[in-house]
Amino acid sequence: MEAAMGLMRRMPPKHTETALSALLSLLPDHSSDLLSQIDQPLQVLCDVDNAKEFILCEYNRDADSYRSPWSNKYHPPLEEGIYPSAELRKLEIEANEIFTVYHGSKYAHGKRGYLHEGGWEAIHVIQVGPEVQGMAHYCLTSTIMLSLTTNGDTSGTFNLSGSIRRQMKADLCVEDGHLCNMGKMIEELEGKLRNQLDQVYFGKTKEMVCTLRPPAELLPMALPDARKP
Amino acid sequence: MDDTEELQEVLLTDDQKLDIAKWFLLNSPPGEIQYVAKDLKSVLNDEDVYQRAAAEAFPVYNKSNIICLQFPNRSGEVLVSSFSELSKDEYLDPRTAQVGKVDHIRQICTQMRPATDEELPSPYIEEYRCALDAEISKYVGEAYPKGVFSVYCTSGKDVEDCGSDFELVVVITATRHSPQNFCNGSWISIWNIEFKDELQTVEVTAHYFEEGNVQLDAKHEFRDSTIFQVGTTDLTGEA
Repeated sequence: MEAAMGLMRRMPPKHTETALSALLSLLPDHSSDLLSQIDQPLQVLCDVDNAKEFILCEYNRDADSYRSPWSNKYHPPLEEGIYPSAELRKLEIEANEIFTVYHGSKYAHGKRGYLHEGGWEAIHVIQVGPEVQGMAHYCLTSTIMLSLTTNGDTSGTFNLSGSIRRQMKADLCVEDGHLCNMGKMIEELEGKLRNQLDQVYFGKTKEMVCTLRPPAELLPMALPDARKP
Repeated sequence: MDDTEELQEVLLTDDQKLDIAKWFLLNSPPGEIQYVAKDLKSVLNDEDVYQRAAAEAFPVYNKSNIICLQFPNRSGEVLVSSFSELSKDEYLDPRTAQVGKVDHIRQICTQMRPATDEELPSPYIEEYRCALDAEISKYVGEAYPKGVFSVYCTSGKDVEDCGSDFELVVVITATRHSPQNFCNGSWISIWNIEFKDELQTVEVTAHYFEEGNVQLDAKHEFRDSTIFQVGTTDLTGEA
């Protein structure tokens, strides 16, 4: 498994799906571990009951069906699917309502020229420990997957993609409810990750390119003069 | 889980495993194929298939990444590329007129010998190649902190006199390997010079993967033409 995760760290992120399905066929006994530890680009389905889109991922999957958080139904229908308890389901509905608002305020829709394509996907997994004296322990693991592709006449083909994962733990008072605490943690960690992406993607990558071939302005160079005999 | 049961029923054939193994090796980022090979061996758990995959994938990876190997006596370096390939494991360094025998899987040069006359361009072509080599040497020395380059004649190497077309290729590569800092990158420029047109490609790859997996892959092509004076060895080029 360690070797499998090692491979996933090195394969180009734009090929994550191919790499994952290759590993699944080589290591069928580890498929549940692989699927839960490796994040893939997210796909969406439309909920038949209310025409809202929902995301397909490991956390709402049972066999080959996915449970919509809007209607709590499996798509395609599944006879004996796993459903959250009533209490969890109530939390889920509330969380979705809150995150709809959060999503609207934080994510402006970028302009899409026909030459540029990009995607930002985030998965936040929170483990909540049992309440002890009014406090609960939260462990948040966030993964951001970003990709950017450009294919233009002047700039050639350009593809930048990758993923970053971080963890954050906190012991918080439950007075305001779980959702409030989770929301604060997610907002904080997502902000940190977004800044880190800036440093990693653009900072480190630019540093690498500049080390290999510094831009002309920085070099004391004398190009051969075309007019010299 | 239903999925696990289904997957266990579908056993992979050796050929399928071979294709998968080759895919992982060929998609390794610059300077990382040995790490990928180690993880792959573990996941594959089949020494036979691994060896077959390595024998097929390593040469392709080495040539497309244009790796640079030292000659055994440290007299210079040879670039492993399709332009310098004489046979599946022999590569020419025109500057020192030597041929290196390469072990692709271990990524080292194991033997060397002087090049034969047939393997080298004619004296007429060599004049041009050498002049270009000298100019590029100055350029690479200034522009690339760790650049390596070579100039090859890819067509018309036996041309004896002016009046016939020939083609030279300039290959520049720079790599920075820092696996302990989880950071690797490579830069490859290939400049193809025909006497009528110039077609140049610059390919840049960088891979940074600390606590995540971020890869940049950029490719850019240029096209340009310049007028030469036939009969002189004064060549100009554009960076």
